[in-house]
Amino acid sequence: MNKFPELFNLPLAKYVDKAMDWLLIHWEGFFDFIGFIILKVVLLFEDLFLFVPWFVIILLIGYAGWKLVGSLKTGILFMVFMMIIGLFGYWDLAMQTLALVISSVILALVVGLPLGIVMARSDRAERIFKPALDAMQTMPSFVYLIPALMFFGMGKVPSMFATVIYAVPPVIRLTNVGIRTVDVESVEAAKAFGATKKQILFDVQLPLAKPSIMVGINQTTMMALSMVVIGSMIGAKGLGMEVLLAIGRIEVGRGFEAGISIVFMAVIIDRITHSFSVKKPKKQKKNEVTE
Amino acid sequence: MIDDTNTQIVIKDLWKVYGKDTKRIFQKNLINKSKEEIQNETGCIVGMRDINLEIKKGEFYILMGLSGSGKSTLIRALIRLVKTTKGSIEINGEDITKMSSDQMIQFRRKTFGMVFQSYGLLPHMSVLDNAAYGLKIRGVGKEERYKKAHEVLETVGLKGWEDYFPTSLSGGMQQRVGLARALANDPEILLMDEPFSGLDPLIRRQMQDELVELQSKLQKTIVFVTHDLHEALKLGDRIAILRNGEVVQVGTPEDIITHPADDYVQDFVQDASPAKVLTASSIMSDIPVITYAWEGPKTALTLMRGQKKRMGYVVDQNRKFLGVITAKELQRLLDSGEKYKSIPSSSIELVESVHPDVLIEDLFSVAPQNPYPIPVVDENDRLLGRISSDTIFDSISSNGGNNE
Ligand SMILES: Nc1ncnc2c1ncn2[C@@H]1O[C@H](COP(=O)(O)OP(=O)(O)O)[C@@H](O)[C@H]1O
Ligand SMILES: [Mg+2]
Repeated sequence: MNKFPELFNLPLAKYVDKAMDWLLIHWEGFFDFIGFIILKVVLLFEDLFLFVPWFVIILLIGYAGWKLVGSLKTGILFMVFMMIIGLFGYWDLAMQTLALVISSVILALVVGLPLGIVMARSDRAERIFKPALDAMQTMPSFVYLIPALMFFGMGKVPSMFATVIYAVPPVIRLTNVGIRTVDVESVEAAKAFGATKKQILFDVQLPLAKPSIMVGINQTTMMALSMVVIGSMIGAKGLGMEVLLAIGRIEVGRGFEAGISIVFMAVIIDRITHSFSVKKPKKQKKNEVTE
Repeated sequence: MIDDTNTQIVIKDLWKVYGKDTKRIFQKNLINKSKEEIQNETGCIVGMRDINLEIKKGEFYILMGLSGSGKSTLIRALIRLVKTTKGSIEINGEDITKMSSDQMIQFRRKTFGMVFQSYGLLPHMSVLDNAAYGLKIRGVGKEERYKKAHEVLETVGLKGWEDYFPTSLSGGMQQRVGLARALANDPEILLMDEPFSGLDPLIRRQMQDELVELQSKLQKTIVFVTHDLHEALKLGDRIAILRNGEVVQVGTPEDIITHPADDYVQDFVQDASPAKVLTASSIMSDIPVITYAWEGPKTALTLMRGQKKRMGYVVDQNRKFLGVITAKELQRLLDSGEKYKSIPSSSIELVESVHPDVLIEDLFSVAPQNPYPIPVVDENDRLLGRISSDTIFDSISSNGGNNE
């Protein structure tokens, strides 16, 4: 008696499937193209990271920790982290994960920066984008896997596609905020001297919005990392896959090792990208005269 | 000098209304209503109302008024940072309100330089790059624009600071960078929106002095916004006073002070401390006792006693002021038994003197150090008069002492 009447069944699922079918048939070329680009980018990075000898990568990460994040101690800690990942036997998987993260972030920037700029320039665009971005950020991350699967099947490409979509909002949002909060008089000054919109964007708005944009990039990167791990559910190789396998086989130790490796990578990536957004104490004088 | 035959900026029937659907306020039933009424009825804010002005080539033109009177709206309209609602602005005969965006960009590049209240510098660029920025926008090559930037930075007294970042400079110096940037373009018209308002009084005074000096060399057309009467009087060839977006009076500083058009201007003139407006010459009085240095102590003392004074102002044959001497000192000279043919310079007390164009405000710092009324001298140090501390005090209390 208390059952919901089946008469009123809303067959949304059917319509969504239909829409997807339509897209897949009529936009096939488009999705192939996107998939092709994504694959190219990620393979490029994978090849690069697996080609460069492991100790070179460890040294580079250590150097970044030292010079960018702040202290020699940090640099050494980062190198220890990477050594441990290697000792677990996860070096190649970690490099695959890193390649996925970096290529996702690059694609997210390619998409997100221009959208952020558009959003900053037009109040109407902001009114449209804002609720969309809000909605995207409240959605559970694995929801993005479904359309990705439908468009691209299993593997790296759908995983990255989902990652880019999931991770792009912060960079859009903070590019917008960064540009909108640039000192009005600086922009007006440029305008008063006859700057074109393009000159204003590149000479004034983007440089002054840089700290904010960097915060966005940091957040985007961290979201990309978490999504890459989840993306292993649809077949992206990497550390996430290892965790997934461990769960499936209830091998706690193995899952622990893979989990720790992910945490180490998260810490390293977070600290390094975070360092870009912090304003380093500016030297009083520029070292060189630009003449 | 102002070229009377050559008008550079002609503003006709100019309106700016902020808000949505602004044309509707030109309907018969609204156009004559006050700014408040229009705002209450339509939500639109009248920034400028029916402004008509002519600014001549080489003129130092001041826009003055209280906060919210439309000064910034007007000066920004001249360079179309504000899109006006009605009327025309002709600059060198061209109506800028009718130009396309691209034309306007070109016009800004060749005609204007602008200085902003909070400087509007680019913090990620060095002082040199900031000064060269206007030229960079125009597409001037690196070498040439740096050469020019070095020149203008030297003009504004910032030689040696080229490689610093603006944020490491004081406010006054940052505004010098702002000025250098505007001058680097060698603009016909310099727009300055309260450029010195953010600076502390001493620096502000100094910058004003330097601007006056600079202008005497450059002879640019300058449109300068201020809410400070003193600044307006000091700098302006002509002053336009605005209220609620309307021009209330246009005139020379003299006109404004002596014939304020209405109560608003009157208040303005009075609101400013008289000490900031009046100069030493307006309150100085004649010297009661002049002591001639070439005369002997005896004559000097007789003169002094005749006027019942205890001291005299010593001058030489050219009436050049040398210092003061007291009756006591003259008596001592006589008592010493030596025969003096003239007043020995060792007996003359040196005191600080002022020029007649010094503001009364500045006398406050001189008066306490001076046990005698302050002597006023001209540029050749010739004695003109004196000012007692009582007179200084009276002058600021009698002229309605409701200063800021
Ligand atoms: N962007 C704007 N939007 C709405 N009203 C404005 C805007 N800018 C200025 N106004 C209004 O226009 C009037 C004149 O302002 P403004 O030109 O800034 O005056 P001032 O520079 O003399 O202080 C004020 O009433 C102000 O509130
Ligand atoms: Mg203003």
